[in-house]
Amino acid sequence: MSALRLLARRIGAHPVLAFWVFFALFPFIVPNRTMATQVLIFGLLAMGFNLLYGYTGLLSFGHAAYYGLGAYGCGIALAKLGVNSLWLGLGAGLLLAGLGGLVIGFFCLRRRGIYFAMLTLAFAQLLYFVAFHLADWTGGDDGLRGIPQLTLGLGPWQLPIENSLAFYYFAYVLVGLAVVALKRILDSPFGAVLRAIRENTSRAVACGYDVNRVKHLSFVFSACFAGLAGSLDALRLTVVPVESLFWTTSGQTVMMTLLGGAGTFFGPFVGAATFLVLEERLSLVLEAWPIVIGAIFSAFVLFLPKGIWGTLTGGIHGRQSA
Amino acid sequence: MPELSTLLAQVFTGLVLGMIYVLLAIGLSLIFGLMTVVNFAHGALYMLGAYFGVFLLGYTKSFWVALIVAPLMVGALGLLMERFLIRRLYGRSPDDPLLLTFGLSLILVEGVKVLWGKIGLTLDPPRALAGAVDLGFMIFPAYRLFLIVVTVAVLVGLYLFLGRTNIGLIIRAGSRDPLMVRALGIDLGRIWLVVFGIGTTLAGLAGILAGPMRGAYAEMGVSMVIESFVVIVVGGMGSLLGAVVAGLLIGQVVGLTTLFVPKLAEIMVFVVMAVVLLVRPSGLFGEAGLAE
Repeated sequence: MSALRLLARRIGAHPVLAFWVFFALFPFIVPNRTMATQVLIFGLLAMGFNLLYGYTGLLSFGHAAYYGLGAYGCGIALAKLGVNSLWLGLGAGLLLAGLGGLVIGFFCLRRRGIYFAMLTLAFAQLLYFVAFHLADWTGGDDGLRGIPQLTLGLGPWQLPIENSLAFYYFAYVLVGLAVVALKRILDSPFGAVLRAIRENTSRAVACGYDVNRVKHLSFVFSACFAGLAGSLDALRLTVVPVESLFWTTSGQTVMMTLLGGAGTFFGPFVGAATFLVLEERLSLVLEAWPIVIGAIFSAFVLFLPKGIWGTLTGGIHGRQSA
Repeated sequence: MPELSTLLAQVFTGLVLGMIYVLLAIGLSLIFGLMTVVNFAHGALYMLGAYFGVFLLGYTKSFWVALIVAPLMVGALGLLMERFLIRRLYGRSPDDPLLLTFGLSLILVEGVKVLWGKIGLTLDPPRALAGAVDLGFMIFPAYRLFLIVVTVAVLVGLYLFLGRTNIGLIIRAGSRDPLMVRALGIDLGRIWLVVFGIGTTLAGLAGILAGPMRGAYAEMGVSMVIESFVVIVVGGMGSLLGAVVAGLLIGQVVGLTTLFVPKLAEIMVFVVMAVVLLVRPSGLFGEAGLAE
């Protein structure tokens, strides 16, 4: 246990390097590559959620919104608007998710505390119903179909990424860059203010920080990470199911992050991997597998609020439960 | 423009829906006001109310027994949840009970699918309420009128309980200033239990009342709990009057948009919420800064 803990702390000390090394080998560790890519994508989504919840102390129950906006933004650009560049598609997804975060964040941040969670959930449901009824653009209940499998344009080269391993490494590079970006955000003075808000909002206000603006910016960054995850998933699946925007996606993100450890750098990826492995194993033997996931999640909230990674690293970045 | 009678019928339908929202939102609001716990499992308990109703109706063959016992069973489950699970989280972040009850609602929804199957069930109204009543200006299903009467009676009862009894006094005092209530030597833990029991019983009642109109299915509670959150945001959290007014308002909004622009019915609920947030962030009857 202590050797494991020591290892976890070493990794925690160099998270970016650890990410690049570990996930370079990851597809050869897990039994199937689909799951490897899913861990990257849902880990990224959970990472975005974690920036808001774990580091800023704002519980969003509506991250399906930004994941879904990213997926639809990318999907609609490629399938409906005839954009034929992967980069532009990703950009469209990111832009739409960021804009969504900007607008929804403005509304949700008008109320603090527990209201915030309820409002984020409500706005995500709003987007779900909008997507459901705007069938001309989103495909409605059938989902958005016909997203082309494009090659990746890198200067003069065109790389095919249809192969599952190639797609994994494409996602690996983008998620890795997002990890670098998150690390930069957290290490900046802005990141320090985020944690100050989490620990003691009144004191952050008293120190002269424009707390609402900082929260809003954190909300937008968080939405962008989630949006990138959504865009990547749209490219991976070549479909966007309308359930992307459903509250279940938000709930899954919350569960992944808390299982792994909110407020820890790797928690979201650990949580995503744990959740996906559990889902795969349990669904084979038990139709009602969500009962087990729900029970495990409830037990974590009650008895292990720091999550797997937070407990391993001894809560260096552990969320204070005050 | 639709005819006046169609419009009136829809207003009544909206009123019935509004009553269900009120029952759910008042329970949520009562629990939140005293304990700052947002019970995500409220929707699952609403759903259980309908399923227990189906079960009891099959077992006892009496709708009236089911109508009384099903909510009490849900309330009993609520008591167990509070006493053995949620109580452990007091003193931690208010987010934690929300997360826990989210996990619990997942267990309840899937548990119901295991016990009663994935396909929804129907719940027949009693024969005495099966027909329609001529109100003079329109004809309206008797069961729906009954639902309105029961809800109003429960609300009046709740109002008297909170306003005229000693426990009601303690509950109101506890939501205003828990520290002071404790300093007076009152065991707030027991009051929490009572309030959680009342709130969840109301959710169960809403479930069995809605059953004959909407049937019972495992996912029925989730959209209702989200819409009840909206009701609370619109009405002002912790304000029972706000829960009633906003519940009826949202019921009308859904009812009337269903008539004029059916596609927008679900969306309008959230549009109303957004407008209230812009114009009056603390809700129609909320006090700014309360319990935030």
